[in-house]
Amino acid sequence: MENHTEHTSHVHRDDEGDKMGMWLFIFTELLLFGMLFLIYAVYRYKNPVAFQLGGNELDVFMGTFNTVILLISSATVAMSISAIQKGNKKQALALLSVTLFIAVVFLVNKYFEWGAKIEYGLYPGGDALLELGHGTILFFGLYYVMSGIHALHILIGIGLFIYVITQIRKEKIHSTDYVWLENTGLYWHLVDLIWIFLFPLFYLIH
Amino acid sequence: MSQEKHHIVSYTTHGIVLAVLLLLTAASVAVTRLEMGPLNTLVAMLIAGAKAAVVLIWFMHLKFDNKLYTIFTVLVLVIFLLVMYVTFFDYSYR
Repeated sequence: MENHTEHTSHVHRDDEGDKMGMWLFIFTELLLFGMLFLIYAVYRYKNPVAFQLGGNELDVFMGTFNTVILLISSATVAMSISAIQKGNKKQALALLSVTLFIAVVFLVNKYFEWGAKIEYGLYPGGDALLELGHGTILFFGLYYVMSGIHALHILIGIGLFIYVITQIRKEKIHSTDYVWLENTGLYWHLVDLIWIFLFPLFYLIH
Repeated sequence: MSQEKHHIVSYTTHGIVLAVLLLLTAASVAVTRLEMGPLNTLVAMLIAGAKAAVVLIWFMHLKFDNKLYTIFTVLVLVIFLLVMYVTFFDYSYR
């Protein structure tokens, strides 16, 4: 292979392999959340009225707002990949900064949303929740676990975006080597994908 | 495989995809106001499924990438639906 002189030091790279690894990780994540959705489905099937009552306690506006901004952030991270492919570093950085900002806003909203409920006593073991029926307790248990694990993923995403932004600044990620950005994008779309199902199942119960 | 040319998706395409996703979200919220009984959940899940497909196909580049990823994704979905089916089959006949 080394039959011609290389100008730069040759670093082994396998972008396709990196991406394959990321997809395999995404599949494990889909099955993890899939099992939580399965638990949700069984409990809702057994407690339809209680789940509806629980769902009515959630703020539809807040849920819709978070859905909209998360979708926008998915678009901006997808656009940042196009920008880096075109070699447009500035645009890529701007788009990623918007994504990072939205991720933080999402968590701030979650803080207020959870904060209001916890203050009211609507948390696992809380007074207000214990007064409600068995089914509603299950609903809120699932709500905190599922949106909590999702929020944890948002937090990890924030870390990834900060890393990717610094790497682009340092020219470590550029138009011919951007698999880190691509995989971060895939991760972020997964976070969006999960929220797409969490939103109607918790906020839009009829 | 590394010789493959990378497909650059235009900003316009991403913009259109985002618009579609936002419209579907609006539809999903609007449909909640209609009284359709259990059909409400079905419609909400169908819309969510459509949104998920759009995200997977365009944002996650399944349309432009190696078809292997599409095959795996469909397989994971089939496994999930099978587990769902078997579980509910069990619960409905208890």
